Amino acid sequence: MNQPREQEVPPRLALAHISKSFPGVKANEDISLSVRPGEIHALLGENGAGKSTLVKIIYGVQHADEGTISWDGETVSIPSPKAARRLGIGMVFQHFSLFDAMTVIENIALGLDEAVDREVLKARVAAILDSYSLPLDPERAVHTLSVGERQRIEIVRCLLQKPKLLIMDEPTSVLTPQEVERLFETLRQIASEGCAILYISHKLHEIKALCEAATILRGGRVVATCDPKLESTKRMAELMIGAELRQIEHKPGAGAGAVRLSVQDLSLAGEPPFGTDLEAVSFDARAGEILGIAGVAGNGQSELLTALSGERLASSPDAILLDGRPIGLHGAGQRRAAGLACVPEERNGHAAVPDFSLADNSILTARHRLPLAPLGFVARGDVLRFAQSVIQRFDVRTTGPGALARSLSGGNLQKFIMGREIGQQPAVLVVSQPTWGVDAGAAAAIRQELVDLAAKGSAVVVISQDLDELLELADRLCVLNEGRLSAPRAIASLGIDEIGLMMGGVHGAGESTGATHA
Amino acid sequence: MLEWRRRREPSSLMLYASPLIAVLLTMLIGMIVFTAMGYDGFHAVRDIFLTPFLEPQRWPDLGVKAAPLVMIALGLAIGFRANVWNIGAEGQYIMGAIAGTGVALATYDMTGWWILPAMALAGILGGMAWAAIPAFLRVKLQVSEILTSLMLTYVAVQGLYYLVRGPWKDPDGFNFPQTRMFTPDQTLPVLAEGSLIHLGIPLALVIAVIAWLVMEKTTAGYAVKVVGLAPAAARHGGFSSDTVTWATLLAGGGLAGLAGLFEAAGPFGQLTPQFPTGYGFTAIIVAFLGRLNPLGIVFGGIVLAATYVGGEIAQTTVKLPQAATGMFQALLLFMLLATDVLVRYRISWKVRAV
Repeated sequence: MNQPREQEVPPRLALAHISKSFPGVKANEDISLSVRPGEIHALLGENGAGKSTLVKIIYGVQHADEGTISWDGETVSIPSPKAARRLGIGMVFQHFSLFDAMTVIENIALGLDEAVDREVLKARVAAILDSYSLPLDPERAVHTLSVGERQRIEIVRCLLQKPKLLIMDEPTSVLTPQEVERLFETLRQIASEGCAILYISHKLHEIKALCEAATILRGGRVVATCDPKLESTKRMAELMIGAELRQIEHKPGAGAGAVRLSVQDLSLAGEPPFGTDLEAVSFDARAGEILGIAGVAGNGQSELLTALSGERLASSPDAILLDGRPIGLHGAGQRRAAGLACVPEERNGHAAVPDFSLADNSILTARHRLPLAPLGFVARGDVLRFAQSVIQRFDVRTTGPGALARSLSGGNLQKFIMGREIGQQPAVLVVSQPTWGVDAGAAAAIRQELVDLAAKGSAVVVISQDLDELLELADRLCVLNEGRLSAPRAIASLGIDEIGLMMGGVHGAGESTGATHA
Repeated sequence: MLEWRRRREPSSLMLYASPLIAVLLTMLIGMIVFTAMGYDGFHAVRDIFLTPFLEPQRWPDLGVKAAPLVMIALGLAIGFRANVWNIGAEGQYIMGAIAGTGVALATYDMTGWWILPAMALAGILGGMAWAAIPAFLRVKLQVSEILTSLMLTYVAVQGLYYLVRGPWKDPDGFNFPQTRMFTPDQTLPVLAEGSLIHLGIPLALVIAVIAWLVMEKTTAGYAVKVVGLAPAAARHGGFSSDTVTWATLLAGGGLAGLAGLFEAAGPFGQLTPQFPTGYGFTAIIVAFLGRLNPLGIVFGGIVLAATYVGGEIAQTTVKLPQAATGMFQALLLFMLLATDVLVRYRISWKVRAV
């Protein structure tokens, strides 16, 4: 930031030798970091690196076993979130706590520690919206707002308390590129007024764009402190995962094969209560290609996945063709047997049964294509061997095929689920949010497997909110917005601004109601 | 003070220990309650829970009582695994007996080895038909099977009363409300001469083993468990929860119907208004005491059978009222549900600084 830095000013927040253990895990070990007033400080690390625990300690949700916290030069104890807010710490969580049925201003009033007169509050909110040029209508009901707008409610809640330190937990995970840019402007303005910001993320290019200092955590310890503007993204990623990053290798000659999956005018009512109707969705996925479907969650992604997986049936057999065969009225098991495999976004309870072992979870979807249960009798030995082979090939960190699915971390379970499907050599693989909540190392491995699967002649469809992922993986890209799918475009011909506009709902000339030719 | 801590993984030790703890707590509290009421609580509990096991002459009676309990509970447990809450096994048990008795009355003048199997088949079908009503209502109209199956029990009871007092009344029975006694070809063979041990007892054990194999070794059992644990994952894996609802209710109804027919063609030898003894309800306790595991249910059935046999002993020795049996059974269910929290939580005493 541009303001003069004085060495005598004590740091806004200084952590010294913070340690915190849970039964069986050292979540934080000897962590020290300091944030100056007006500084945007990145806290960088994979899932499970200890970021959340550290932030919970700062926000008073949890208490450190050892170490001290100082605030503006004085040692403090933060027994509760309320005490944290009194000090001037505000936090915007990754998952918002908002009531969908209430208006923006009602939600803000509910989040305050003390009762404030409605008119006074309205005036203060209006002043904040105005001074940060935040577009948000205080009288709108929350369920009508986009994710970016909902996040602004949380930010306004914090700003009302005139915070001296603002903690942002993975704030961009669900935003469009335009919304991200707008958020960054807001954060820069907040920092320029002297508020310190602790920015938690694992998206390195954002940290490079926004932050001036970064503390990198791995396995509960600080492994490096650096200036992200000077450090290379690759180097930071390697520090974060503690190993050299694998670059995805695209094999030449991929793409342009025969059409393996063809969807024609697929319409489906949304799942109650807040589902989105699919309206005449059409696309082709070809052998050897990865088709990306971008879009912000809630625009029909889960409906599209269940319509393709066979959990819900189409209205006619011809709506979905697999290698030319109509399968629109086939159930989930028949579609799998025919070669169409799907991985839904929700791992626990949808793609896997949390209370089942990994071996039992492989029966769930692999029994149609592999002889795991001939004549209805489970072949225990074959099931264990298949589960073991998935664990080995996909480097799933677990105690073995007997481990309960719920005992695995999100990334490891996702590796297992992806491995279970890829291990069946499907003709077409449709996967939603393949690396959601997965650490960088595992994400790179999963993406490489998708690329390899396509290279072997399968068609891969990736439904994702993560644009970076789609740009890295996909050959062609279309956008799902309010249940309608745009015509696919070759990745090379698309600018990120254009995709962002499509995601935000501004359909360009590429909007399609039936044409599927790229 | 007591502190509850959620375990990271369910305790497998407690999974098997908690039913035993529940039995011990039931004995302890039962002892206190009956002592407070002025009975000899210690001897009451001893006669109910221990005497049936300690005196070998009681064992056949134990088996006779345990067999229908185990059979019904096996069917119920399969449904409970799939979140299908068939509470009306008592009604299916009665309908099985009625259907089988119908065959018996129709073949009264005949002889042949085929009569008893035909009665058993009718018993199974009768129980299934009664369970098919809640299955249909749940699958087609999303009506709770808890309510429908329970209410149908009382319909079955009234149906039984009507038949034994009306069309099926024994013409040579001095106007008593009961059917004719079954002929030898219509009665379950006794396995040991002069004892009560009938064919239903070994058959209950065989069915338990088959149920265990189905639940643990087949995709059918897998489907039942997935539908119960994670319905969305079941759909994703291509399992139909409607099919599982139908199958588990029919299996539960069929087994309850068979148990009813065995009871009619065994210990009763006819139908009377005293036929509904509540086995269908007690079997719910058996299913939970056995942890919904077919082999555990054999153990649970024997414990609950002991409360029936022991309750009768205690009526003569300590002059306990007949209702005491029901009270002990209810207390046991209560303790089972209470101790279940030990599987997921760890409790400890913690001295809290003031």
